[in-house]
Amino acid sequence: MIRAIRACKTAAEERGVVRKECAAIRAAISENDPDYRHRNLAKLMFIHMLGYPTHFGQMECLKLIASAGFPEKRIGYLGLMLLLDERQEVLMLVTNSLKQDLNHSNQYIVGLAICALGNICSAEMARDLAPEVERLFQTRDPNIKKKAALCSIRIIRKVPDLSENFMSPAASLLKEKHHGVLIAGVQLCTELCKASAEALDYLRKNCTEVLVRILKDVSNSPYAPEYDIAGITDPFLHIRVLRLMRTLGQGDADSSDFMNDILAQVATKTESNKNAGNAILYECVETIMGIEATSGLRVLAINILGRFLSNRDNNIRYVALNILMKAIAVDAQAVQRHRATILECVKDSDASIRKRALELVFLLVNDTNVKPITKDLIEYLEVSDQEFKGDLTVKICLIVEKFSHEKLWYIDQMLKVLIEAGNFVKDEIWHALVVVISNAPDLHGYTVRSLYKALQNSCEQESLVRVAVWCIGEYGELLINNVGVLDVEEPITVTESDAVDVVEISLKRHSSDITTRAMSLIALLKLSSRFPPCSERIREIIIQQKGSLVLELQQRSLEFNAIIQKHQNIKSSLVERMPVLEESAYHNKKAASAPGNLSEGKTRQATAAASLKLPNGVAKTPAAPLVDLLDLNSDDIPQPSSSGGDFLHDLLGIGLAPSPSSAGGGAMSSSGVDALLDLLSIGETPVQNDLLASNIVSTSQDKLPSISPLERLSSVSSPVSLQSTGAAPVVDLLGSLSTNSSAPADGSSVYPSIVAYQSDSLKIMFSFSKQPGNPQTTVIQATYTNMSSNVYTDFLFQAAVPKFVQLKLDPGSSNILPSSGNGSITQRMVITNTQHGQRALAMRLRISYKVDNQDKMEQGQVNNFPAGL
Amino acid sequence: MIHFVLLISRQGKVRLTKWYSPYSQKERSKVIRELSGVILSRGPKLCNFIEWRGYKVVYKRYASLYFCMCIDADDNELEVLEIIHHFVEILDRYFGSVCELDLIFNFHKAYYILDEILIAGELQESSKKTVTRLIAAQDSLVETAKEQASSISNMIAQATK
Repeated sequence: MIRAIRACKTAAEERGVVRKECAAIRAAISENDPDYRHRNLAKLMFIHMLGYPTHFGQMECLKLIASAGFPEKRIGYLGLMLLLDERQEVLMLVTNSLKQDLNHSNQYIVGLAICALGNICSAEMARDLAPEVERLFQTRDPNIKKKAALCSIRIIRKVPDLSENFMSPAASLLKEKHHGVLIAGVQLCTELCKASAEALDYLRKNCTEVLVRILKDVSNSPYAPEYDIAGITDPFLHIRVLRLMRTLGQGDADSSDFMNDILAQVATKTESNKNAGNAILYECVETIMGIEATSGLRVLAINILGRFLSNRDNNIRYVALNILMKAIAVDAQAVQRHRATILECVKDSDASIRKRALELVFLLVNDTNVKPITKDLIEYLEVSDQEFKGDLTVKICLIVEKFSHEKLWYIDQMLKVLIEAGNFVKDEIWHALVVVISNAPDLHGYTVRSLYKALQNSCEQESLVRVAVWCIGEYGELLINNVGVLDVEEPITVTESDAVDVVEISLKRHSSDITTRAMSLIALLKLSSRFPPCSERIREIIIQQKGSLVLELQQRSLEFNAIIQKHQNIKSSLVERMPVLEESAYHNKKAASAPGNLSEGKTRQATAAASLKLPNGVAKTPAAPLVDLLDLNSDDIPQPSSSGGDFLHDLLGIGLAPSPSSAGGGAMSSSGVDALLDLLSIGETPVQNDLLASNIVSTSQDKLPSISPLERLSSVSSPVSLQSTGAAPVVDLLGSLSTNSSAPADGSSVYPSIVAYQSDSLKIMFSFSKQPGNPQTTVIQATYTNMSSNVYTDFLFQAAVPKFVQLKLDPGSSNILPSSGNGSITQRMVITNTQHGQRALAMRLRISYKVDNQDKMEQGQVNNFPAGL
Repeated sequence: MIHFVLLISRQGKVRLTKWYSPYSQKERSKVIRELSGVILSRGPKLCNFIEWRGYKVVYKRYASLYFCMCIDADDNELEVLEIIHHFVEILDRYFGSVCELDLIFNFHKAYYILDEILIAGELQESSKKTVTRLIAAQDSLVETAKEQASSISNMIAQATK
C-alpha cells in the first residue's frame, strides 16, 4: 500500500488510493477478521500520518490491545498512541486492559503498557493506575524501573497531588547504578520539585549528596564505550543532574555550598570542542547562575559565556546570548564587557540570533552607552533586511524614548529612524515625537528645516511625511526665515513656494494614504495664512481636491476653500499655531487607553483638554476644532499632530456619546439637534458649542451619502443656524458655506426638532418634515426614550389635536420601551393644519404603559411647535 | 520537556510525528504546516533553533530528512541536538545505514525505537546498546509468535486434510 501511495503523482491520485484502502479496512473491520487486524491498523497509521481522518480505527486498537499475543499488543499500543490523544472518550475503555498488562508476567508487555500510559494518559487514568506504576518501582528489571519513573512524571504532571506517593521511591532510584534508571530518576526528582515544595525540601535534604557523587563519578569515569559521546561519558546524565542541582540549590545556601566544588570541576574540565561538551557547559553555567554560587564561580561562568559568544558556531552563540539575558540580572557589569560582540550579533544573518541579540542589547542600554549603541543600531537600520526592520525600529524608538535626556538628541535620532524606516514606525511613536517637538520651542526652526531637507530626499516613508507636513504647517515661517539656527546646521534658503511645493507633493503622491493627505490639506490651509503671497496658489491646490473620491478630503477642500476666500478676517486667528501639547496629558492618555478603560481615560483627558483650552481664549481655538472635526468623521486614527485633534477628539467622544442614546434610529436631523440641546445645557463654553455644532453637521452629512454634496451642505447647515444662539462664529461660517456653495435652500424649509414632552423618566422628541407643494401637511416623526431603569411594556401613545387640525397616527415601531435610554420607539403621524399660516399647532398627549405590570399614565401638552407648521 | 517530535522530508512530507502534549488533529496539521514552512526555508549556515509560539523548535537535517523537536523555552537546546543525534545513530544501527525509504516502509519500527528513547517527552535511555538490545528482543518475540502461528495453521491445515 505504501508503495502504491508513493507511486501517486498528484494529490488527487493519492486521495483516491487512500480512499480505496480506507474502504477495504472498514470492510475488514466490520467483518471482524482477526488475522489481518494488525496489518490493517499499520496501514491505518500510515494513512493517519499523511493527515487523513482515521477515527474509525480507534476501536480496532482496543481490540488488539485486549488480545493475548505480543505482536498484536505491540501494534495495538502503537496505534493507541498515534491515533488517540488524551482527550478522547474512547481512551477510558483501555484503562482495564492497561491494568492487566501492567501486571503481566512478560516484561516487554509491561513495558509496552507503561510506555503507552506515559505518553497519553489522562488525569483520570493517572489516578486509577498510579498504584500499579508505584508497585513497578519494586521490580528488579531496570528497563521497567526507568519506564515506571518516566511514566510517573506524566502522572505527576496530570495530578500533582499524587507527588508525595512518589517521593521516597524517586529518591531511592538515585542509588541505582544503571544509567537509564539514574536519568529517569533524576528527571522524576526534578519534576517532583516543580510539583510540590514539600518534595523539594525532602529531596534537598536527602539527595544533594547523592547527586554530587553521581556527577563526580560520571565526570571522572574512565572511557565507557556504551555511554561515550565525543569523549564524554553520558552527557545526558550530566545535564540532567546539573538541572536537578539547579532546582535544589536555588535560594538555598547550604546545598549550593555543597555543589560549588563539583561545579567548578565540571566547568573547567569539560572539553568544549564538541557539541556534547558545550551542552554540558551551557547547563553548568545556567546552574551556576541559578544557585547561590561563590563569586569566583560566577566569574568562571561569565568567562565561559564570553568564549561561547566568540564561537563561530551559530548554535553556541545563540545559547550564549540566551543565557546572557539571565546573567544580566546577576552581574550586569560583566555582561557589559561583551557589548561590542553582542552588537555584532544584532547584524547577524540569522534571524534567531538577531532577535536574541537585539533583546539583549535592549537590556544592556543605560545612560552611559545609549548614544553609541543608538548610533550603531541606526546605522545598521540602513542595511538591515525588510522583515527585521520592524523589530529593530520598535526597539530603537523605545531606547531613544527611554533615555531621551536632551530633546535635540531625541529629535535627531527619531528623524534618522523616520528617514530610514518611517514605514515601520508605529502611530504612537510619531505622535509622541510630535508632542516632544511642540514642547521644544527653541528647536522648532531646526526641526522643521531638518524635516524639510529629509523630505526632499526620502518622501516614501509615510510617517516621515506626516511629521514633516505637520511641522511645516505649524512652523512654516521658521523654515523660510531661518529662525533659531543652531550652530551645527548648514544654512539653507527655502522660498515660500518651495515649502508649498513640498506639501503639495505629499498631497498628490499616489502612495499617500488618506490621513497624510488630510494632514497635507490642513498644512496648506495654515501656510496660506503664514505666506499671504502664496494664498491664491494654495487655494487652487486645495480646490483641486474638491473632486476627491474620499468624502473626507472633498469636504475639507470645500470648507478650506471657503475659509480662504470668504473669511480673510478670521483666517489668521483660525490657523494660529497649535497650543503646546501637554506632554503629561499625552502620557496619561497613553496609559489610560492601553488597559482598555478607554472611555474613562477619555473623560479625564477631555477635562484636561478643556481646562487647557479655555485660557487660550476663543480666538485661537476655532481653527483647531474645525480642522479636527473634519478629521474625525472619516478616520478613527487619533491625530494629535494634525492639530491637537487628539484632545478634541476626546471632547467629541463625549459629545457623541449621548447622541446615539437619545436619537436611536430616529431621523438624523432630530438626533443632531437633540444632542446639541442636550449638550448646550451641559457645557456653556463657546468652544464646546462650536464643536458640537460642527460635529452635528459632519455626522449628519456622513449619514446622507446619497444626496449630492452641495445640497447636503445647505440642507444640513440650516437647522443648525436656526438653533445657533450660542454658537455664533460657527454658524457664520457655515451659513456662508451654504451660500457660496451656490445651492440656496429650496422652498421646503426645514424645521428643528423639539422635545415635545419630558418627565423624569420619559422623553418624547418630535421631528418634522413637509412634503413640497403641500404646506398644510406635516409629517411628524416621534421618538420615545425611556430614561428610567425599568422596561416599559404595552407602551401606548395617544394624541389629541384642536378641531382645525386633522391627525393620522401610524402604529409605533414597538410597544416595549427598553430602559435607561438603550433604545427607543418611533412613531409616525401626519398632521394637516387646515388653517395653515393662521393658527399655530397644539397637541395634547396621553401616554400609558406598564412598569412591572402596573399601569401608569402620563399626560402633557405640546405648545412649542415651530412656527409655520 | 519535549512537546513533540517531527520528521519532515525536504519536500515537506511528514515521515514521523509523535506528540507528548495534547494537540487536536486540526492543531497538529497546522503546526506541521507552519513549522515545515519555516524550517525548510532556512539556510544551511543558520543556527538550528527557532523560537515559535513561546517554545523553541530544535531541528537538524540528516540527508533529506529534518528531525525537529519542540521544547520549552528554558530547556537546553544543545542537549536536544544531542538527543536527535542519539536517535539517528540508533536508527542507523538498527537499519544499517538508515535512509528515508527505511523510515517510510518500516515506520512502525521507527516508532518503536523512539518509544524506547523517549517517554512522556523525557529521555529514557542514554545507551545505544541497551536500546538496540531491547528492540531486538521484542522483534524476536514477534518472530517467534509469527512462526508459532504459522506452524499452528499448518497443523490445522494438515489435520483438516
